This record gives sequence, C-alpha cells and structure tokens, in this order.
Amino acid sequence: MSPHPWLAFLALCRRDLHVFLRVEPLDFIAQALLSPVFMLLVFGRILPAVGAADASYADDLLPGVLAITLVLTALQGAATPLISELAVTRDLDDRLLSPIPVWSVAVQKLFVASVRGSVAAIAVLPAAALILPGGIEAAAIAPAELVMVTACGALIGAVLGLVMGTVVPAHRITLVFATVLTPLMFSGATFVSYSALDAIPWFQAVALANPVTYVSEAVRAATTNGPHLGTGYILLGLSASIAIFGAWGLHGFHRRAVG
Amino acid sequence: MNAITVDEVRKRYRGGTRDALAGVSFDVPRGEIFGLLGTNGVGKTTLIGVLTTRVRATAGRAWVDGLDVTREPVRVKSRIANVPQRPTFDRALNVTENLLYHAAYFGVGRSERRRLAGEVLERFGLREHASAAVDTLSGGLAQRLQLARALMHRPSILFVDEPSSGLDAQSRLLLWEQLEGLRADGVTLLVTTHDLTEADRLCDRVAILHDGRIVALDTAAALRAAAPGRGAMELVIDTAVDPAPHFGIFGDVRTSRAAGGGWAVQLPADVDAAAAVSTATVAGLQLRALRRIETSLEDVFLHITGPKLA
Repeated sequence: MSPHPWLAFLALCRRDLHVFLRVEPLDFIAQALLSPVFMLLVFGRILPAVGAADASYADDLLPGVLAITLVLTALQGAATPLISELAVTRDLDDRLLSPIPVWSVAVQKLFVASVRGSVAAIAVLPAAALILPGGIEAAAIAPAELVMVTACGALIGAVLGLVMGTVVPAHRITLVFATVLTPLMFSGATFVSYSALDAIPWFQAVALANPVTYVSEAVRAATTNGPHLGTGYILLGLSASIAIFGAWGLHGFHRRAVG
Repeated sequence: MNAITVDEVRKRYRGGTRDALAGVSFDVPRGEIFGLLGTNGVGKTTLIGVLTTRVRATAGRAWVDGLDVTREPVRVKSRIANVPQRPTFDRALNVTENLLYHAAYFGVGRSERRRLAGEVLERFGLREHASAAVDTLSGGLAQRLQLARALMHRPSILFVDEPSSGLDAQSRLLLWEQLEGLRADGVTLLVTTHDLTEADRLCDRVAILHDGRIVALDTAAALRAAAPGRGAMELVIDTAVDPAPHFGIFGDVRTSRAAGGGWAVQLPADVDAAAAVSTATVAGLQLRALRRIETSLEDVFLHITGPKLA
C-alpha cells in the first residue's frame, strides 16, 4: 500500500519551511527586501526630493518594484536550490525517491518559491507606505485582484527559476543569471508604465517579450487608477508566460531527474 | 513472485554511441543478497537507476516487487530504498532530521518515525551523532547513516551501490554484518560491487556484468567450480633445493620460494592429497604444510572477462 502522495508533498513543504525558518530568515530579508527598499528610497523619494523626478513618479514606480520583487524572489527561490541540489550536491536525490511522481517534486519547488515571492512582495507594501512621499493610495487597491496578481506574478518568477535551474548547465549559471536578470528587471515596464513607453516604440516591443511586463501592468491595474495594458492582454501575457515557461521548466526538471 | 525481475533491459543514453546496458535479464528471489559484479563503467549504476525509477530503460522491462518500474514508478518507490555510492543527504538537515523527514516523505506518522529514528540510530551506532551536521560524518558513519535512512520506511527491497568503497577494513566488516542482518529480517538486497571479496563474502548469487551484459550468473562457489585450470594443491617443503623434479608425475607443477624458507610446490587442484604426501615422503622431503588453494572469484572474473580487471 503506497502512502497518499499528498503526505509526501506536504512533508516536502514542511521540510522547506523548517530549513527556511532555521537558517534563512536573514538571507531572505537581504535577498528579497534590500533591493526593493533601496529602489523605493532612491527613485521614489530621493530623486523627487532633488528635483530629478516628479513626485507622482512613485505611482508608476511602486507597481514595478512589487513586480520585480515578486518575480525575482520567486525566481531565485526556485533556481538557487535546484542548481545546487540537482547538479552539485545531489541533495534532491532522496526526495526524488519519495513516493510521489517526479513532476510533483518540481511543482512543490514552484509552490514554495511562489510563496517566497508573495511574502516578499507583501512585505514591501508597508515599507513603501513608509518610504514613498505620498505613502500608498489604499483606496485604489483592489484586494481580490491584488491577491490573484501576486499569485500569478510569483508563479511566473518560479517557473522562470525552474527553467534556469534545470535547463541551464551548472557551470553557465553565473553567466545566465547576469544576462537574464538585468534585462528582465529593466525592460519589464517596471520603472515606467507600458503606456508611458508609447514614445519609444522599439522599447515597448522589447517589453512585450518580457514576462515581467505583464506582472508590472497587472499590479498597476490592481493597485492604481492609472493607465495600464488592457486586461485581456495582461491575462494573455500572464497565462502564456506561465504555460510556456512552466512546460519548459517541468520538461527540463524531468530530463534532469530521470536519465 | 520474485523481488526483482529484469527482462532484456537495454539502455543507451542520449548522445551515447554504445549501450550502457545491452539486454540484461535476471531474477532475484525474495530474501536474497544478489551481487552485481563488474568493473567501473560496465552499467551497474545504470541498472540500479532503472530499477529505482531514476533511469528510463530504452527497451525491455523490469519489475520490482511485481510492479513495472516504468508504469508504476510511484508504487515502486514506496517499496524500495536506495543507498547510492555517494551520500545524498539533505545537507540543510542534521542526522536525526534526515531520518525523520525521509520517513515523513513516505507517510510514516510522527510518533512512529520518532520511534524508528531512535531505533536505527541505536542499531547503527549513530546515537552520539544524532544532532551532528551530516557534512561532519566520516565515510563509515555516513555509509551507516545512509543505511539507517533507507530503513526508515521499511523497504522490502534495498539497492546498495558499491557499499564498501572507501571504507576502512573495520567499517567494511561492520557494514557486511549489517547487510546480512537485513537479509535475516527478510529484506531483499541488490548489491553492486567491483570488490570480489565483498561479492564472495556477502552475496547468495553473483552476476558478472561486462560491457552492459551479464556474462555469468550463479553462486560464488559454482562460478569458481566452473573456472577451468584454476585453484591448486599446495605443499610447503623444508628444503634448500627446488623439489620440482620429484613431482613430475603430477603434470603441471609450479614451484616457488616459500615465505619463511623452503619451497612451495603447486600441483593441479584435482591431485589426491594422499598421493602428493606419499610422493614427498618417498623422496625424503620434510613436509611443513599442505593446503588446498581455492579458485578465487577474481580468477573466475579474469577467466570470463579477460585480463581487464582494474
């Protein structure tokens, strides 16, 4: 009689939570929160204060910073352990032999990475309220949409991390991190909204190819009254990104886990 | 029902130019220690990979505990445990946590896994290392922890890849005793090794794997008996002069200086001991020792695979 697969899935999640609480809280804060807090401080507070940006810039900035936090935290939460546990230390081998399908070990990694991304983004909100000159416009936030957008954005980061952690050979990962993360961060309608990019069509075209754009615009739609990409396009971009990178990452994981 | 059935399993890795397994078939009955003997790179670890669901066979089928490894990998995984050559501990967890979480993945309840962890820590002499970081364990302790972890979900079939490579003599003996203890508990073991002494001592039956094929499969004793021209009757004689001429009637005679002085005379294995002794007596030679030298599994191996054994 095989144990129920959910027992193994939950035990794998409990293991990750246990390791997180014991050894990683400070790492997590440093990795996930330091960068967004500084972005909010420099771009949202200092630049307007010295006259280098308009005070209303914060409205454009916050959704982008939330999107970056969601995507990058989840991406690193999935990619970093996979790179070491799958390729270098083989720590994952024991978990791959637990009585659940191989793909569900990958899904568990995606779940945990998505939770990390979501927690980081939620933690940015109070920081933003303190740092930004106008605080957060609570009335403009649509809670149900924000929850959905947070989950989707974190999942996009997690599937991107699954691709990087399984498709990229371990010795190329530093190069890939360097060449992928920066364009993801800066071309994803993060520091300027997509509609504001009307003036620069080529950069707008680049942004359309970046999954982060749909997360940024989705957060914009859920947290501001300002202009954003049409809801249909946002949904299409989010679901296509999850489907494409999710399938690619799961395929890569399976190839690595089963020879 | 056999514990393991392997039927014409082939494996060629992506981009590979030759088969890692080139049609392997064998059965392992329940409660046996089955040895898979071969040099490095002949396909032993690949075969374990197939049976533990981590490597997909290119052709052929394999059943573990009656379950097809390709079609029912999850159920197969719930009945087996694997002790790989290189420890695969969860380095973020300490010794006891490695045991507890492993059992939790297999659905073992909280109090039961605590009890089992205490039991295996005791059984494998790991009690004083219960809270140690797994990275700090010596090779022998790490191997014991691997075994202990494998037993946390009470598998009926255990795969052990090169169990004693890198262990000192004492740890090796202890490990062998523990593996034999598992057989006594009814666990079926498939052990790979390139160590002939280990195969001889531990395994009920031995398969010799060579270039992805099984080239011999039997008990160690039967394999030895089948190897021609090996083994010998040896006499040690206290004499200063090579005594070879006195033993000419026995055919193939080899002599060499014996340790501690005198000469060692090796006669064919089928020579009658009484005839050998009487020949020495008639020649007036002082006989110090008489012994039968068994064919070693190494001889069998060399006989079958050619002189390529590392």
